[in-house]
Amino acid sequence: MSVVTPVSAADAGEFTPRPGRAGLGRMIRAQVWMELKLMLRNGEQVLLSLIVPLGLLVVCTKLSFISVDGRRADFFVPGVLALAIMSASFTGQAIATGFDRQYGVLKRLGATALPRGVLLLGKTGAVLVVETLQVVLLVAVGLALGWEPRGDPLSVLLLMAFGTAAFCGLAFLIAGALRAMTTLALANVLWFVLLVFGGIMFPLSELGGAAGAFELLPSGALSSGLREVLQDGGHVPFEHLIVLGLWAVVSMTAAAATFRWE
Amino acid sequence: MVGLRLSHARAPEVDAPVATAPASPAPDAPVAGPALVVDGLVKRYGDRVAVGGVSLRVERARVLALLGPNGAGKTTTIETCIGFRRPDRGTVRVLGLDPRADNAELRPRIGVMLQQGGVYQSARCGEMLRLVASYAADPLDPDALLERLGLASVQRTPYRRLSGGQQQRLSLAMALVGRPEMVFLDEPTTGLDPQARHETWRIVEALRRDGVSIVLTTHDMEEAERLADDVVIVDHGEVIAAGTCDELIRGQSEHEVRFQAVPGLDVAALTGALPEDCDVREPAPGTYLVVGPVTPQLVAGIATWCAAHGVLLGGLQVKQRTLEDVFLELTGRELRA
Repeated sequence: MSVVTPVSAADAGEFTPRPGRAGLGRMIRAQVWMELKLMLRNGEQVLLSLIVPLGLLVVCTKLSFISVDGRRADFFVPGVLALAIMSASFTGQAIATGFDRQYGVLKRLGATALPRGVLLLGKTGAVLVVETLQVVLLVAVGLALGWEPRGDPLSVLLLMAFGTAAFCGLAFLIAGALRAMTTLALANVLWFVLLVFGGIMFPLSELGGAAGAFELLPSGALSSGLREVLQDGGHVPFEHLIVLGLWAVVSMTAAAATFRWE
Repeated sequence: MVGLRLSHARAPEVDAPVATAPASPAPDAPVAGPALVVDGLVKRYGDRVAVGGVSLRVERARVLALLGPNGAGKTTTIETCIGFRRPDRGTVRVLGLDPRADNAELRPRIGVMLQQGGVYQSARCGEMLRLVASYAADPLDPDALLERLGLASVQRTPYRRLSGGQQQRLSLAMALVGRPEMVFLDEPTTGLDPQARHETWRIVEALRRDGVSIVLTTHDMEEAERLADDVVIVDHGEVIAAGTCDELIRGQSEHEVRFQAVPGLDVAALTGALPEDCDVREPAPGTYLVVGPVTPQLVAGIATWCAAHGVLLGGLQVKQRTLEDVFLELTGRELRA
């Protein structure tokens, strides 16, 4: 059957094929920017990543229902930094990725020129931007509360980078295998468990003999590491970096093997 | 189809192996060969055979409509063509490429519209189209495309607040914005209002005019008749008819002439007076149905016989089958689960 209605000749050539993939840099920038906007538009994510850590920092430092050794801000700032990083790179990332998967975004974008690696890179890049925002805000509020940081910034950055990698790996592992609602529930429960037993609210030493085991959790390793550097002025905390590195390698390998795009 | 080949007009081809390096065409040169070749495609999900040996061929700048009842295997076929599914058997070549092995090379060259979803729920309509445009080296102007698809006024509306038809149109825009050579449209007009449906048709026609090859699935026979150069009807994972619309309508079914006259005519006598292969019935008193190849001679024969017997024709309709009749004939009329 031939085409019945003639199409106007005026716009001939408007759809002439000119396919081609954009440069990687442009795709990464566009993808990070999109993911960032989505993250900041999501009230729950902002609450979990920014409001809750800031609130906890102020409340725990100002009120004395949790007793700690030394200056209160020196104890709580590293813990809350660890919590903030966990919120953004684990809970937020898992929930967002889980729903993107459920709504077919990951599948659909798999039929565009966007490489899948860039899709995940965009998500991780957005998390890094949010983390930068978190660190700036928490450090500012911490300093206002009388926090006196010690240690070297390089160790802090290393810990944060390794922690982010470990948490993102875990987020992709869960979000790529479970249904979105299950991911949502699990990510929130784990966030709470890690908050309580991750050495964020109270020192792991109060857990007695179990303390060593909790330092093997990514949250425990991150908060203990940050505290050793920032509170005690310790050197590069190799054992915590190793724990976080192992979590990152194992979770990312497992995620790569099990991730289902649809 | 004319299959005459003047092979003697050419110099006989030398069969000896000639070692020539395959010349890689310049990036801008039009690539020869068909846009899509599917050969003996089989895809199973567990025990269920979704596609059981489908073969298709789409030449460049042609429109192929894939018709079939729900669950016939249309979507699975499309998803295999775009590399989402691995064929259990058979081969698929899109623009000469293997959709899985050459996936990265193929993806920028095709545009895909899936049946549903695929957009960040809180992304705004315009934002999403611009994001997809940013994946392409030389995309269409997203604003012009939004305007053309009637989405300019909902540019800033989050995806989940768009109506079904608007979501559908955004999905079409996302398929086109990268200036692909070939597009796969899975039910592009399902759920659209008439205006949007007609605009979608005009776009498909414009794509074809500009050299884009198109595969679309549809339940709308009018759409297939209007848009498609070639139609393939699939059912239960197999091709049950293929050809141009005209070939399918003429080749697959008889036509009918219906007329009204006084009740109780001698249908046997009338049948005898008409060309062979015609059958006359009186399904209701005074209504007659002549089934057979419709020719001018047939219509004249009916009128002549009636004149000779003093019968006044109360109305005469020549009814040609539509693609829908052919479709229902081939796939059965019972409802599908």
